[in-house]
Amino acid sequence: METNTVSRRNFLKVSSLAGTALCLGFYFPANAKKEQLISAIAAEQSAFEFNAWIRIDTNGKVMLTDHRAEMGQGSYQSVPQIIAEELEVDMKDINVIFAQGDQTKYGSQITGGSSTIRGSYKKLLKLSATAREMLITAAANQWNVPASDCYAESGHVIYKPSGKKLNYGELVTAASKFTPPQEVKLKKTSEYKLIRKPLQRIDTPMKTNGEAIFGLDKRLPGMLFAVVERNPRLRGKLKSFDDSAALKVPGVKQVFKVQMIVFNTTRDGVVVVADSTWAAMQGRKALSVEWDDSGFDHVNTEDIYNAHQELLKTKDGLSFKKQGEPEEILAKAGKKIDVIYQTPYQSHSAMEPLNCIAHYQNEKIEIWGPIQAPDWVQGDISDKFKIPKEKVIVNMTFLGGGFGRKAFLDYTHEAVAISKQIGKPVQVVWTREDDLTQGPYRAGISYRGEGSIENGEISAVKFKMAGQNIDHWNGPARDKANGSTGEGFLTPYFDGIKNISFEDVPYEMPLPNMWWRSVYASTNGFAYESFMNEMAVLAGQDQLDFRRKYLKDERCQALIDKMEQVSGWKNRRKNEGFGVAITECFETTVGQIVKVSRHSDGKIKIDQVWAVMDCGWYVNPDIIKAQVEGSIVMALGAATIHEITFKDGLVEQKNFYAYLMPRMTDMPPVEVHIMENTSDAGGVGEPGLPPFAPALTDAIYDLTGNRIMKLPFNLNAV
Amino acid sequence: MINITVNGQRHDIDADPNMPLLWVIRDILGLTGTKYGCGVAQCGACTVHLNGEAVRSCVTKINRAAGQSIVTIEGLSLNNNHPLQLAWNEMNVPQCGYCQSGQLMSAAVLLRENSSPTDQDIDDAMAGNICRCGTYQRIRAAIHKAAAMQTGGAKI
Repeated sequence: METNTVSRRNFLKVSSLAGTALCLGFYFPANAKKEQLISAIAAEQSAFEFNAWIRIDTNGKVMLTDHRAEMGQGSYQSVPQIIAEELEVDMKDINVIFAQGDQTKYGSQITGGSSTIRGSYKKLLKLSATAREMLITAAANQWNVPASDCYAESGHVIYKPSGKKLNYGELVTAASKFTPPQEVKLKKTSEYKLIRKPLQRIDTPMKTNGEAIFGLDKRLPGMLFAVVERNPRLRGKLKSFDDSAALKVPGVKQVFKVQMIVFNTTRDGVVVVADSTWAAMQGRKALSVEWDDSGFDHVNTEDIYNAHQELLKTKDGLSFKKQGEPEEILAKAGKKIDVIYQTPYQSHSAMEPLNCIAHYQNEKIEIWGPIQAPDWVQGDISDKFKIPKEKVIVNMTFLGGGFGRKAFLDYTHEAVAISKQIGKPVQVVWTREDDLTQGPYRAGISYRGEGSIENGEISAVKFKMAGQNIDHWNGPARDKANGSTGEGFLTPYFDGIKNISFEDVPYEMPLPNMWWRSVYASTNGFAYESFMNEMAVLAGQDQLDFRRKYLKDERCQALIDKMEQVSGWKNRRKNEGFGVAITECFETTVGQIVKVSRHSDGKIKIDQVWAVMDCGWYVNPDIIKAQVEGSIVMALGAATIHEITFKDGLVEQKNFYAYLMPRMTDMPPVEVHIMENTSDAGGVGEPGLPPFAPALTDAIYDLTGNRIMKLPFNLNAV
Repeated sequence: MINITVNGQRHDIDADPNMPLLWVIRDILGLTGTKYGCGVAQCGACTVHLNGEAVRSCVTKINRAAGQSIVTIEGLSLNNNHPLQLAWNEMNVPQCGYCQSGQLMSAAVLLRENSSPTDQDIDDAMAGNICRCGTYQRIRAAIHKAAAMQTGGAKI
C-alpha cells in the first residue's frame, strides 16, 4: 500500500513536468555505490524518488539544480558551465536554483573537501550529453532523417545537409518520452567551447548591486530576530538569569533559556527574541546572567603547547604510516636534524557571521540559511526533533563565506529550538563576537620532525604530530591514528623516501574543533614542507633540485619545471630571498614560490608569489586563479597576522580589532599558473592554501638565515 | 520620527535615535545589500554614503543622519552600470560577495575624489574594508580599470 501512495505522489509531481519539459536526473538506489541516470517518466513508472537536475522547458530555457552551496568557490558558475558545454546551450539560457537538503535525491551535498567539481563532473557531463542526444533524436524523428546527420548548437538541433533547425523548446515534449540512451559520446578536451574558458561568473551582477540574498538577508512574513548570550567558556551550564531589564527594551518580545548541541555536548544560552536585530542585541546587553563553569577546564594556550611539546618528546604516537626502518637509521645517523614546528588555533571568521532562520510548525520544520551541508542539517534536525526527514525542508541561500564552519550543525539546531519555543519564524543572528569566541576552531597542532642525510641523500624521516583532532573529538576512534596525519604531504615522496614514518600522538582537550579551509594540510603543510627545506639545507642542495630527486612522478616533475620557469628561480639576485613549498590536498598539487626582500624602512616585504596548480581536468581557469589568490590571503593571515588564544578558558580575540585580518595593504602580487594535462579533476577551493606559509618562511630563511618554526610570526619584526 | 532620505526616497523612521543606520536600513527599510560584518567599524561591510562621504553605518546612529541623504549599494547606479560595477563584473572580483557592497561604496568615494588613483591611493582608501575571500588583488585592478573607463568617457 505504501508503495502505491509514494507512487501516486510521485506520479502527480512528475506528470506536471513530463510532456511539458525534458527532465533528467539521477536515482540513488539505496545500496548502490553509483547513481543511475533517469528521466522523469521512467522515475514515474518505477516510483523512484526523483529530482530533475536539469529541466528544459518548452521555451528552451534550462533550469539547473545546483546540489552544492555557493560560498565564493564558484559552483554557481562552474556547474552550469559544465552543463552548457555538453547540452549545447548558451549560458544565458540557464537558470540556477539551489537544491534543498535531501541525500536520497542528490547524494552527498556537503560542500567540503573541495569536492563539488571533482565529485560530480563526470556524471554532469554525461547527464547533459544524454539530454542533448535525446533532443537530437526527437528532431531526427520529426524530420524523418538519420540522427547522425543532425547536431546540436546553441539550444537548437540542426540538420546538417540543409541547415534547417528546431529550437530545444519545440523538441522537449517528444524527447521527454524517450528512454535515456545508456551510452553517449562525450567531447574531447580539445573540442570544448565553454569548459576551460575564463567566463565571467553569472553571480557577479547580483553581488555588485545588493541583490544577492545571503542567509542574513532572507526575510519571512512575521519573522522575528534573536540573539543568544551563550556561556563564554564554550561549555558549561546556566545557573540563573535576570531578564527584567531586557524585557523593558522596546521591541524585545521574549527571553528564555536555550540549549545548543555541540557535537555530543550541550551549551547553555539565554535567547532574546525581538522585532529587530538591534532590539534583540540591546535586550541581550541588559541581561544579567550567572554561569556554572564547574567541570570545564579553564584552558590556557600556553598549557596546550607545553603539553604538545611534552607529548612529542616523551610519547610514541599511533602509527599512521611506516615504511622501511626510519628509527634504526636515525639512531645511527651522524648528519641529522630533530626539530619542532608549531601552528596556532584559527577561527573561520567568514564575513557573514553565522545565522539561521527556522520556522517550526506543526509536523514540519523549515530552515533557510548559509549552510554548507543541507543534507546533514535535514538528517540532524529530523533526528533531534523527531520529525520525519521529508518534513524537514532545508533551503539554501548564498553563503557569505564558509571555510568549513558552516558545515557544522550547532547553529541550525539552536535556531530550530528557538522557533519551536516561540512558534514563529525566527532569524538567529550571531554577532561577530559570538562568531569569534564560540568556536569551533581549526586546532593548533605541533609537529616533531627527525631526519637524516647520508651521502647527500635522505636516509630516514620520522614525523610525529600532537594536537586535538576532529576524529577523536567527534567519534570513538581514539585508538586509531588521525586519518589525516599525512594530508598535505605529497604521495610521490613515499616512492622517493624509503625509510619514513608518521605518528599521531592524541591530545584531548574540551575545545570544539572543526575543519578549516584545507583542513589538516593547513598545518601539516607548514611542518612537512618546512622540514623538506631544512633537509635540503642539511644536504647542501637547492630546494627545487632536492625535491626533484624524491618526486619522480611525471606530474610533479612538470610542476617543478613550471615553478622554476615562471619564477626565474635560476636567476635569483643577491638581497632577494626565495622560498618554496609544494603540497598535495584533495587530489590537487600546488607549488608556490615566494620572493621577499628587505625594504628601506627595514621591514621585510613579500614582493611576489608564484603559484602553480595541477588540478587535472578543470572548468574555469579564472575561478581557479581567484581561489588560489584567496587561499594565499587566508594563509597569509594565519601565518603572520592572527591566531585564537585562550586564557582561563575564554577566547581572547573578541572582534576584528584583536583578530586582525589581512587587508588591501598586506596583499602581495600573486601570479597563478594552471598545469595542462588529461588527468581526472582534483579540488580547487582549498589546495592553494597549505604551501604558502612554508614557502614564505623558506624565503625569509633564504634572506636572513632565520628559520621560523612557529606560526604566526610578525613579518614586521623579522 | 526621524526623517532620512535613502537612495533619493524620503522616509520617516520611528526608531530609537541610538539605533545604528545599518539596522534601520536592513531591518526597517528592508534594504539588505548593506551588510553586517563586525558592528564596530572594523570591516567596512556596512559602508554607505552619508552626504557623499563613506561612513560605517554600523556605528552611525540614525539621529546623526536626520534630515540627510544616504546612498546604499542599491542606489549606487540605476542599472548596475557604475564604472566600478562594470569593472567588478569584467574582472570577476567577488567570490562569496558578502563584503563587496562595502568595497564598492568605499571605492566609489575614492574614484569620485581621485579620477586616477595610484596603488598607494587605493591602499589608503580601501584598507578599512576586509575581504575574507581575499579578492584584494582583483579589487585593486578593477579600481584601476574603472578609473580608465571613467576618464575614457563612460558615464557614472
